[in-house]
Amino acid sequence: MGKGTIDVTDSVSGSILQADLTLDALEAEAIHIFREVAGEFDKPVILFSGGKDSTLLVHLAYKAFWPAPIPFPLLHVDTGHNFDEVIEFRDNLVDKLGARLVVAKVQDWIDDGRLTERPDGTRNPLQTVPLLDSITEGKFDAVFGGGRRDEERARAKERIFSLRNAFGQWDPRRQRPELWSLYNGRHRPGEHVRVFPLSNWTELDVWRYIDRENIELPSIYFAHRREVYQRDGMWLTSGPWGGPRENEPVTEMTVRYRTVGDGSCTGAVQSEASTVDEVITEVTASRLTERGATRADDRLSEAAMEDRKREGYF
Amino acid sequence: MSDLLRLATAGSVDDGKSTLVGRLLYDTKSVLADTLEAVHRASADRGLSTPDLSLLVDGLRAEREQGITIDVAYRYFATPNRSYVLADTPGHVQYTRNTVTGASTAQLAILLVDARKGVLEQTRRHAAVLALLGVPRLVLAVNKIDLVGFDKAVFDTISREFTEYVTGLGYTADALVIVPVSALHGDNVVERSEQTPWYTGPTLLEHLETVPVAPDPRDVPLRFPVQYVIRPRTPEHPDYRGYAGQVAAGVATPGDEVVVLPSGRRSRIERVDTADGPLGEATAGQSVTVLLADDIDISRGDVIAAADDQPKLVDELDATICWLAEKPLRAGARVLVKHGTRTVQAIVTELSGRFDEQNLSLVDGPEALSLNEIGRVVIRTSEQLPVDDYVASRRTGSFLVIDPADGGTLAAGLVGAPLPLRGGVPVQLSPGP
Ligand SMILES: Nc1nc2c(ncn2[C@@H]2O[C@H](COP(=O)(O)OP(=O)(O)OP(=O)(O)O)[C@@H](O)[C@H]2O)c(=O)[nH]1
Ligand SMILES: [Mg+2]
Repeated sequence: MGKGTIDVTDSVSGSILQADLTLDALEAEAIHIFREVAGEFDKPVILFSGGKDSTLLVHLAYKAFWPAPIPFPLLHVDTGHNFDEVIEFRDNLVDKLGARLVVAKVQDWIDDGRLTERPDGTRNPLQTVPLLDSITEGKFDAVFGGGRRDEERARAKERIFSLRNAFGQWDPRRQRPELWSLYNGRHRPGEHVRVFPLSNWTELDVWRYIDRENIELPSIYFAHRREVYQRDGMWLTSGPWGGPRENEPVTEMTVRYRTVGDGSCTGAVQSEASTVDEVITEVTASRLTERGATRADDRLSEAAMEDRKREGYF
Repeated sequence: MSDLLRLATAGSVDDGKSTLVGRLLYDTKSVLADTLEAVHRASADRGLSTPDLSLLVDGLRAEREQGITIDVAYRYFATPNRSYVLADTPGHVQYTRNTVTGASTAQLAILLVDARKGVLEQTRRHAAVLALLGVPRLVLAVNKIDLVGFDKAVFDTISREFTEYVTGLGYTADALVIVPVSALHGDNVVERSEQTPWYTGPTLLEHLETVPVAPDPRDVPLRFPVQYVIRPRTPEHPDYRGYAGQVAAGVATPGDEVVVLPSGRRSRIERVDTADGPLGEATAGQSVTVLLADDIDISRGDVIAAADDQPKLVDELDATICWLAEKPLRAGARVLVKHGTRTVQAIVTELSGRFDEQNLSLVDGPEALSLNEIGRVVIRTSEQLPVDDYVASRRTGSFLVIDPADGGTLAAGLVGAPLPLRGGVPVQLSPGP
């Protein structure tokens, strides 16, 4: 805030001044939320994957407590299906901040039999159990997530402070009223609260803010050449999760990622956008939502996200 | 921060709120192709010939199954002029607490009526809640105008009745705009209707685009609830001690004489800090860190306030509450009160009145307050709280009533008596300059 000049090239939606006022308000709200949690909870933790939303979370947390270090550890639920660039980025950022990172590896849960690999090889849904186990083990009572209400319509129903029972479940019919900016984080032993400081941000807000604050991101968010193959209408790439099947020809294209999740079900989009400015222009013009364009897991049914959230997913 | 407009819908069940929100999103091209395709598919599955735009907002399985809204949905859209945060709230009486949630931060509410039914009991209840919460502007959308043959007479009758009612609530003429719409077909939502030549006012979107956003009133001076004390104790910042918070009202400027409440100790603001560097001043809504000239003991829950115009320090809250819990409230109840960044134990010592929103009157000495009822209470707190009247300052005049047993939120609390009473002098809800 108060940086005076910004360099948002804002072709479609609105004046530069307006974008800045909106971002100032969103930033102030997120910082307020971080400080409320720091003031009221014993052991908060930030979910951090190295993706753009969680990187933004960490940036805001840094600003909220500056010049003191961020007073919480970071937690990554690692599906093992990662992009190398993202893991490298994650570790660099953690180093730079001097933060403490806890990694819960889905592979460990599979190895000792607490989880079984799914026939389709996708590990996104398998993250829930390691997440809940890590929350219990770390005695975390507040868990920051990068979820935004504009991502999906079940998320659009979620409170900023979202109470979870001892099983980590979300009950959308029994949410607490959330009045003014008075957040109620009271909970009983064993329960925890999921906190979403980015609730009111849109994908475009995120990119404009990344631009304004010069936030660094993993390189796969920008256009690069990559070998991809098509499955279920998405451009997938091979990795530790496997590769193309027999009838899936591989082509090399210029792509980028709009979201980063489990590699087996995160699609790339064809794109020439190699700078933040170009990404903003592209997102502004896009006719597809970021999840619709890139996530196989949300296409399962009309209520796929709601069902996963009820079980304790992010 | 005036170019973000926060809206909420309100009105009785099935009046078309979610359809109207869906229509606004659709006609402003805020719905992307894959989402739209999903709505088309779901509508076809339900055997509908036209897409049901309410499916854009009714995001829960139970909502789609029952065709009603249960909880608030937040939606975002932007035009070249403004960004909008839109809270679509439920109309069903049972879910009034979710309506209160959506309306508590709204700068403008769109209240709907079904043109065939006119102003209903629930319409009045919601209008009263909006007035109580101090939502500064109202739009009445007379919806389903297609179902009454776009009849001007119907529109005029409803307009007259509604205007009379909300004038009683304190809304002045310039705070209210009434638009005949069809959410289903899009008449006068974004596009001007050819079926209502008799209507010369703005379409709903035209109004939203041009309505001035009331700035936070500046007549309440600095109120800064301390959220967190920042003490790095690092080699670079061995002695830094800053008080982190969001300015709740007024302006924080270096050099200002301040008082710390409840202790009453005085000091001067030395610096207003952010991670981007110090500021010349911070206004309401900004999250900053305040450094004081003197080394005094301050912790979370304290309020830094203008020394020459302080909030009232009270241990007996004279307040109005909107009861949001299933189990009724009776005098003597032990509760927690969260005001600003401070949570204290409290006892509701007196239930002095229940608000009858149909007649705008106060029923004396009720036995209890039930779910969704509004009442006047006296609450004794275990520690002093620095408060302002809600009508003067939404942020420092509001509080939560919390259940000490399970932590649930029991009520929305407002300091003072912002109730609009017939025969009384209503608080003027004029949007101001
Ligand atoms: N003919 C006509 N029907 C409408 C109009 N607006 C809404 N409807 C229909 O009215 C019904 C209820 O609409 P909703 O948008 O779900 O109503 P709501 O106010 O959101 O309902 P709750 O959220 O449950 O209180 C649906 O069947 C809509 O298609 C309109 O302008 N004209
Ligand atoms: Mg609805």
